[in-house]
Amino acid sequence: MTVLELKGISKHFGAIQALNDVSLTIGPGEVVGLMGDNGAGKSTLVKIIAGNFPPSHGTMRVLDREVHFHKPVEARENGIEVVYQDLALCNNLTAAANVFLGRELKRGFGPIRILDYATMYKRAAALFKELKSETRPRDLVKQMSGGQRQAVAIARTRLSDSKIVLMDEPTAAISVRQVAEVLNLIRRLRDQGISVILISHRMPDVFSVCDKIVVLRRGTKVADKRIADSSPEEVTALITGALERA
Amino acid sequence: MAVSLDDTINHQTHSTLSWLLSRQTFWVFLAAVLACIALTFMTDTFATKNNLFNVTRNFAFVGIVAIGMTVVIISGGIDLSVGSTLCLSAIVTGLVMSAGYPLAVGIALALVAAILVGIVNGVLIAYVGMPPFVVTLGMLSVARSMALVLSNNKMVYQFGPDQALLLQLGGGTTLGIANPLIVLAVMALIAGFVFRWTGWGRHIFAIGGNEQAAVLTGVPVKRIKVGVYVISALTAGIAGVLMTGWLGSVTTNLGTGMELTVIAATVIGGANLAGGVGTAFGAVVGAALIEVIRNSLILLGISTFWQGAFVGSFIVIAVAFDRIRSFRQSD
Repeated sequence: MTVLELKGISKHFGAIQALNDVSLTIGPGEVVGLMGDNGAGKSTLVKIIAGNFPPSHGTMRVLDREVHFHKPVEARENGIEVVYQDLALCNNLTAAANVFLGRELKRGFGPIRILDYATMYKRAAALFKELKSETRPRDLVKQMSGGQRQAVAIARTRLSDSKIVLMDEPTAAISVRQVAEVLNLIRRLRDQGISVILISHRMPDVFSVCDKIVVLRRGTKVADKRIADSSPEEVTALITGALERA
Repeated sequence: MAVSLDDTINHQTHSTLSWLLSRQTFWVFLAAVLACIALTFMTDTFATKNNLFNVTRNFAFVGIVAIGMTVVIISGGIDLSVGSTLCLSAIVTGLVMSAGYPLAVGIALALVAAILVGIVNGVLIAYVGMPPFVVTLGMLSVARSMALVLSNNKMVYQFGPDQALLLQLGGGTTLGIANPLIVLAVMALIAGFVFRWTGWGRHIFAIGGNEQAAVLTGVPVKRIKVGVYVISALTAGIAGVLMTGWLGSVTTNLGTGMELTVIAATVIGGANLAGGVGTAFGAVVGAALIEVIRNSLILLGISTFWQGAFVGSFIVIAVAFDRIRSFRQSD
């Protein structure tokens, strides 16, 4: 079974060919490292999967069902969640409020629907516990460490029955200790059978947490192999073009 | 491990007292109360029934508009057009009623005029993507000009068959309390409820905190922003109708410069012009404090020329307090 299957995905913006015939399969609970230099097409590929725009050519299947996304909401409805690079958090709100942002739980007295604080705090606490993160639902995000902020952004992806989580550079701007925390969060997701696509520039992170590595160069996939069969040196050579293909 | 994680997650970091002490609104409220107590002892006139009645009624108008302004400021915007909108709706009330229509029609059309102003502001800001400062600065000019055009710059002081009703609405009392003050209290309660208990309230805070995040998480940001400016204009419209009844006449310079007093009230009450922070109670307290300062200068026999200096200093002091506290927190 595959969770996500891309077949012959191409994308051009006018005369610029951003992606050229990229195919990719991801199984359940698989963590895939997506690497490549700036401009290699990583963001374009992620945006296609996340539903920001459709591909020019090619098909996409989620759980063996063909899908066509035109809006991010449609991708979310199909079990694809995204953790954005800047995490898309509101500093002035609590952790729980951020987790439920745009999907607030409400309870009603007839036509009047009010926010259900108790349940949102309880569910957010359960999610943080599941992620083994010391994050308090009632604390303002403003006061939180980088690792806790990541936990909030990741907890958000666990609200619905998501199959696959895209993470865009989650370890780019945080301290060493917090990087370890984030990698642990990714392992927790994997343990629950959720597939993760990790976009990263950091070789050690990819090699410590991923099962598979995919390298893009100038819009083309140049490598797609088990992490065990590769090495940081090989990947560096693939990214820079010193090695044509692997 | 599991137990300690549970403890950490469920640990309450703030006691109610420390939460209260960390609120700018609380300190401003305290300042207003202390000022009132001091004035009670320093003058014979402050704590009289008449004076208190006047003070509370006077700040009600600014307070009502400040609640709408608070909504805008929480969402990260600003509305400079409220003074002109207030004038426009007052003029519409006056013209419609002096043409012989009943009070209800006068109020309805005045509020429609205000809502139209809000829709134009909101659509230009949310859908066209123009900065709120520019759009509402333009509207400040346009709305007042509309008031001039409609009234031909004539004072309206006759309000047709329902004149007594209108004067009672804005200038009268219910159970000894000035009607505008009751309207203010009701609106503050509604706003407080909406801020705390509704998804819409949560979303305006989110938009003010990080608009991009709100967009990405599926909050209908554009629609909410239009709503925010409509509410601001609507509060100005309501205050316009009430002021017409209180004054018993409308001129086209009504509400000139009022936007600055309203913004001052909101900021003194703890709203952050950067967005994401503000309370309905704060808007009321801010408006009250400005009026108490004004009133006290008169009662103490100090020239009213000093009013601007006091109010202005208070804005700076209130915000400086906030800065000092956040420096301490970051240490």
